[in-house]
Amino acid sequence: MNGAAFIVISILTLAAALAAATLRKLMHAALSFAVAFVGIAAFFFLLGAEFVGLALVFIYIGAVAVLIVFTILLTRRDIEKDRGFNWSGVIIAVAVFCGLTWAILKTASLSIVAPHIRALTVKRIGEALMTSYVWPLQCIGLLLTAALIGALVLAMEEKR
Amino acid sequence: MSKSIDQVFPNAKQWLLSWLAGSPSWAIQVVSILTNIFALLAVFLTLFALISVLERKILARIQNRYGPNRVGPFGLFQPIADGIKMLIKEDIVPARADKIVHFLAPVLIAATAILTLGVIPYGRNMTPFTIDGGILFFFAVGSATELAVFMAGWGSNNKFSMLGAMRAIAQMFSYELPLIITVLPVVMVVGSLTPDRIVAAQAEYTFGLVPRWFVFTPWGAAAFILFFVSGLVESNRTPFDVPEGESEIVAGHMTEYSGFKYATFFMAEYIGMFAISGLGVTLFLGGWHAPARVLEIIPSYVWFFVKLSVLLFVYIWVRGTLPRTRIDQIMNVAWKFMLPMAFTCIIAAAVWHYAGRGLRGWLWSLLVIVIVYTALSILLDTRRKFAQRVYRFAE
Repeated sequence: MNGAAFIVISILTLAAALAAATLRKLMHAALSFAVAFVGIAAFFFLLGAEFVGLALVFIYIGAVAVLIVFTILLTRRDIEKDRGFNWSGVIIAVAVFCGLTWAILKTASLSIVAPHIRALTVKRIGEALMTSYVWPLQCIGLLLTAALIGALVLAMEEKR
Repeated sequence: MSKSIDQVFPNAKQWLLSWLAGSPSWAIQVVSILTNIFALLAVFLTLFALISVLERKILARIQNRYGPNRVGPFGLFQPIADGIKMLIKEDIVPARADKIVHFLAPVLIAATAILTLGVIPYGRNMTPFTIDGGILFFFAVGSATELAVFMAGWGSNNKFSMLGAMRAIAQMFSYELPLIITVLPVVMVVGSLTPDRIVAAQAEYTFGLVPRWFVFTPWGAAAFILFFVSGLVESNRTPFDVPEGESEIVAGHMTEYSGFKYATFFMAEYIGMFAISGLGVTLFLGGWHAPARVLEIIPSYVWFFVKLSVLLFVYIWVRGTLPRTRIDQIMNVAWKFMLPMAFTCIIAAAVWHYAGRGLRGWLWSLLVIVIVYTALSILLDTRRKFAQRVYRFAE
């Protein structure tokens, strides 16, 4: 059951990612990008990490995808224009993929069998965030607040 | 006796599954899931048909007219007539529209609306989809609605559609924040994101009389009101229906949709309304618990749907009573009033918890909310900004 689900989700995710990279229309590419994120969230569900999967859907579909779509809408006047295929992008993607594969294959952890871990419940994540990782959490909170205020200042109309 | 009536639906499902006793476990799982989906769709599509005619009836009552009364007794078969009309209408797709996106938008919006219904507990042992982070699931799936609205607006290739979608996304984004933050106090107090646990936490009665629903605590009442208003905005209902303001932009993102696709949008809006009201009932109004111990002989799902109907009635009542607000007013209220008040609810809930969850905590949290509310209303006082209104007449 899990194996079949893995294959189906992989095909969906890869197809969506490929579509995001190759589709002619920019808006279609952005929407396939969102579909690819649904696939990745499904992987997390399959691995039993519900919270991470839901957070991924929440942030990437609910916020980032809408942001991308709006950026395209508000900045490009020629959305429909055919841009052709970008070969330099392919070269960079292949280079990054090869680099990552090389790095992963070099590590020693591949040969170690993963120990059985307890189910990753929301409660455990919350406890970890509020005890051992409380300082990083606070720092991220501060950073995000600063970013929010910065965005507001940028967007505010200047008083005459 | 009352127990068996209470459990009639779970028992019926067990009985149905017992027919498959010999088959492999995955088959039983699939049938179990399908039963849940069919039950959910049957109940809520019926409720949708019912509420669409009831809404017109109640609105008519508010406006001193009869409303639909031709089809069937009291016009009750009106939704069937409407459905047939919608189904046999021509499906028009604009020539310059993005065909795929135009087609997928109603599909996505209906799918997300129906998915959110799955995590709500409708009665004792009656949660269709039990998941650890049910509340998070609700909002995560619900946030895809914004993308669907955008797809509808952009795919139609129409300026009215795009404007409507922009308005819808702007207000949905702004109100998602207070909506989620008002849920946090409940999650904090219960210590769980699971809807079943949240309902179970509201089971007891104080002095055996007043139910321990969160709406009866000061922070719960404040959070419930904020939640309800945000829910009104999220489901694009009057007085916050500027995205489809028909006097300005035809029908917003639904302008270029006709026939069954339009009906799908309409259905998704109502189902979204049911879902958000259902979540409100679960979080603040004690879910499927009875309001008094003697009334527990009435089955749990009846209580859930009674509470849901009350909330839906308020939705319709508000629609019949209040005029449409302006978009800048909506945004101002979201960022200047709703958001600070939502944060206050979190602090008030913490105060209530640390003061012992009793009468003392009740009074302290009331004090916190009253202080912040008063301070906010003084800070946001706009009375002096309004000039005397000047009327101009054609002479």
